[in-house]
Amino acid sequence: MQHTDALVIGAGIVGAACAHALAQAGLSVRVMDARLGGATAAGMGHLVVMDDNPAELALSQTSLDLWHAWAPNMDAGCAFTACGTLWLAANDAELQEAHEKRTTLQAHGIACEMLGAGALARAEPALRPGLAGALKVQDDSVVYAPRAAQWLLDQAAAQGHLIFEQAEVTHIDGHTVTLRDGSQRSAGAIVLASGIHAPHLCPGLPLRPKKGHLVITDRYPGTVHHQLVELGYITSAHHSDGTSVAFNVQPRPTGQLLIGSSREFDTTDPAVNNAVMARMLQRALDYLPGLADLNAIRTWTGFRAATPDSLPLIGPHHEHPHLWLAVGHEGLGVTTAPATAQLMAAHITGGTPVIDPAPYAPARFAGLSTP
Amino acid sequence: MTPSASALVHIVVNGTPLQVPAGTSVAAALAQQAPGTTRTSVTGEARAPLCGMGVCHECRVRIHGRTRLACQTVCTEGLSIHTDVGTAPGSATP
Repeated sequence: MQHTDALVIGAGIVGAACAHALAQAGLSVRVMDARLGGATAAGMGHLVVMDDNPAELALSQTSLDLWHAWAPNMDAGCAFTACGTLWLAANDAELQEAHEKRTTLQAHGIACEMLGAGALARAEPALRPGLAGALKVQDDSVVYAPRAAQWLLDQAAAQGHLIFEQAEVTHIDGHTVTLRDGSQRSAGAIVLASGIHAPHLCPGLPLRPKKGHLVITDRYPGTVHHQLVELGYITSAHHSDGTSVAFNVQPRPTGQLLIGSSREFDTTDPAVNNAVMARMLQRALDYLPGLADLNAIRTWTGFRAATPDSLPLIGPHHEHPHLWLAVGHEGLGVTTAPATAQLMAAHITGGTPVIDPAPYAPARFAGLSTP
Repeated sequence: MTPSASALVHIVVNGTPLQVPAGTSVAAALAQQAPGTTRTSVTGEARAPLCGMGVCHECRVRIHGRTRLACQTVCTEGLSIHTDVGTAPGSATP
């Protein structure tokens, strides 16, 4: 049987980053991907510091630093752009929220500044008049995540430590995985990074699909300059039930605009839900009235893998000594893949973790079962 | 069938006047004129209609200042069509 030090299931951004980190640590790594499709190819690729709780802030801030360290070496296809985020305050209450967010971020050394109503209007003239202001987070960025995942695998392969196989793992047993064709592979450590598909291999994981919609427009360079997100997004993004929408628009380097966002539980139907998309676009029009005259060329959906506390599962499976989990990143997996990978490499090689791994420990949830 | 004069409509493609049978799609009208392309891709490649049914969006053209799908638009009298979507600065902006 073919054996490597580590075997990563899933070559989305989280699996690719884990494979990259493990290879950098000197391990031989096999990556298996079934091409089922996941959040990496469906999402926006917004690299954003989130501060709803200290654990989320630590993971996203550490990750942003790593993204910026990678950026100079990434190819143009990765489309890394440090456009920054503007958290938009529609009224005085949200402006107060923006100030509090600034205080938190600045306390952690994250560069950000308040824009008053006038400065915001000058920075983004396409926004509707009358917004109260915005918090600008300078180092937030965007990336084309599918290409970035491939870049990470290419980097690891170039060092001679990585084997990639396009194949579906159907069973995990100890050090061994069984593929769809019945053949087997073994590894010292098995890393499950297959996002929303992970419960198929590891029943009982506390993951729920959270459906989202996106729209992309034709090219309109210069329409929008920063990633624009309404402050209400924070409330909306973590609603655990019901359907919600929030304004979130990203300028792509091509001049195209990515328009989000929506959240829906209790469905696994990938079809565009026109009622939800209409709500989402109406919300976008509230902030950017000029969108109504632009041409949308594609709409699609994807599924975030959400955990009950909105933090990912990173670490050992508490009932299974050789199985490591890197799943449940919800809508933040592209941002937090680098720190996830650093934690995973530290777990597996016995190194010193870059941040406290405890908040992400899978064992915090009861009911995780052995595959 | 040869269309009668009354069944022709006048259109303008990139400034050049043309006559086409009434009911012709813009995509069909463009196909009768070299080079038969509709727009320019983000990497500078010429694009032409592909699916013919409004799905692929390769046939985006500018008609009276709006981006339209050539295969889903019927030629009407006086229609002015530009195939500069993706090249002229701001051309995709209505």
